[in-house]
Amino acid sequence: MKENASDKVFNPASATDYVPLPQLRGLQLERLKRAVAGAYRNQRCGLFKKRMDESGVKPEDVQSLDDIRRLPFSVKTDLRDTYPYGMFAVPQREVVRLQASSGTTGKPIVVGYTKNDIAVWSDAMLRSMSAAGLSSEDVIQVSYGYGLFTGGLGAHYGGETLGATVIPTSGGNTERQIMVMQDFGVTAICCTPSYFIHISEKAAEMGIDLKALALRAGVFGAEPWSEAMRHRIQEDTGIKAYDIYGLTEIIGPGVAMECAEQSGLHVFEDYFYPEVIDPGTLEPLPDGEEGELVLTTLAKEAIPMIRYRTRDITAIMPERCACGRSVRRIRRIGRRSDDMMIIRGVNVYPSQIEAAVLKIKGLLPHYEIILTREGGLDHMEIKVEVTPALFDDRIRAVESLQQQIAHAVFSTVGIHAKVTLAESKSIARSEGKAKRIIDRRGI
Amino acid sequence: MKIRQIAIFMENKPGHIMGICRILADAGISITTLSLADTQQYGILRLIVNQWEKAAETLEKAGYVVNITEVLAVEVEDKPGGLLQVLEIIRSGDINVEYMYAFTFRHGEKAVMVFRFNDPDKAIELLAKSRVKVLDGVALFKEMH
Repeated sequence: MKENASDKVFNPASATDYVPLPQLRGLQLERLKRAVAGAYRNQRCGLFKKRMDESGVKPEDVQSLDDIRRLPFSVKTDLRDTYPYGMFAVPQREVVRLQASSGTTGKPIVVGYTKNDIAVWSDAMLRSMSAAGLSSEDVIQVSYGYGLFTGGLGAHYGGETLGATVIPTSGGNTERQIMVMQDFGVTAICCTPSYFIHISEKAAEMGIDLKALALRAGVFGAEPWSEAMRHRIQEDTGIKAYDIYGLTEIIGPGVAMECAEQSGLHVFEDYFYPEVIDPGTLEPLPDGEEGELVLTTLAKEAIPMIRYRTRDITAIMPERCACGRSVRRIRRIGRRSDDMMIIRGVNVYPSQIEAAVLKIKGLLPHYEIILTREGGLDHMEIKVEVTPALFDDRIRAVESLQQQIAHAVFSTVGIHAKVTLAESKSIARSEGKAKRIIDRRGI
Repeated sequence: MKIRQIAIFMENKPGHIMGICRILADAGISITTLSLADTQQYGILRLIVNQWEKAAETLEKAGYVVNITEVLAVEVEDKPGGLLQVLEIIRSGDINVEYMYAFTFRHGEKAVMVFRFNDPDKAIELLAKSRVKVLDGVALFKEMH
């Protein structure tokens, strides 16, 4: 792997990541009180106040960080139900930006930012990029989509605040992306991991070896991806692939980020307070235990989000990271409970299928999961592309490849899948979030 | 002694073989013989062509997954028991026939068949001992054109 020279360089702007814990907790409590009071008083739809009042909790009852457990949760549908501005807690004149998240059905959800919110977001992104070893010396290509999606502008502002040279290529036009990467001496790229795979394939087709370029780091997020995919990217392209986490409802990318250790993502918890709860009982779980991640924004003005249920499954890692940061880490999120498929009563996540497919050397992380129901029984079909390395002129050998894949899937998720081989490049490449599940089971 | 065969992975879709033939035709490549192995889901098209390198490159460029294998073109007596004789020789060496198909032309009085053996080198040796002719690729194409 290429040398990441600034891995060990401390960026003064990320000092908050290292503050002593008592000081951090004090700051969090002070901010939590303010956030709760603000949401209670100013939220336009009054949903938070209504819920607080119903459960008999007053903003003044928050006297310690532990008191957060007494506060009501908020969920994704709150934003839909109060569309577009119900969750806002500031007058419109203070809102300087709107972003939206593409809803799979009907209206999107709309989020707003004040000037301070943009500063908070930029700072969180700066600290994210800094954790990935980036500095003002770097040339960062932002290939996340620019527009209503938070990825593009989030990474853009973070990179500029860091002082790096930011190239806003946005998504798409892959050949031009590669030309920019090569000609402009790009050292880091921000995009979805599936789009980077697409870029690297295209580069190979064009006869360009990414290993020979200056590119050395990737900040990949906006979709869950497996550890197997990380290894594949790192081996094939020689860059270091970092996982970044965020969600529109909270701020966008930059809620949590991996450091050089690549062992869990540091939550910028002076801004976003993390809890992990048991999704069944809704009780908070101790650090180390796996459950649903719940986030509270501590410094956001336009939309203060209290105890937002992310649907993402993770655990807070109790040990301090070897990198020295004091802010806690969450385990990589391979599973978003929204992505969860229930197949014959078994919970299956796309990332598990991805890991199984990548167990077979020579296969590419391009796959589709097709769910059907025949005779009341769920069937899972996995479509994978044949690669020149694995294709054989004998039917027997091709069948054995199919069996090998089916076996890898079975040993990972415990379900027999039908494996279908597809021609090269026949599975659509994504320039944003990859769509991998086709559910034809009806309701 | 061995000749190169091009195998192409194809999903079962209408017009697919046609597309491949068009690519080869446009590149001026001539198909000498072919065989299609089909399953419910996909097919494997195996081709013997006059310029295998160019054919493989053109097909890969067009996005096909291509595999190059060495096969043998074996002369078979065109009379009852002709094929049997070849198979007996092969059997005696414990060699497996993965698959086989025929050339569309005759070589003098003889038919020519394409064999994919699990051990082609051993097959060449055994066939030579029994004076069964294995045709050379270069000679084969020269004769044809």
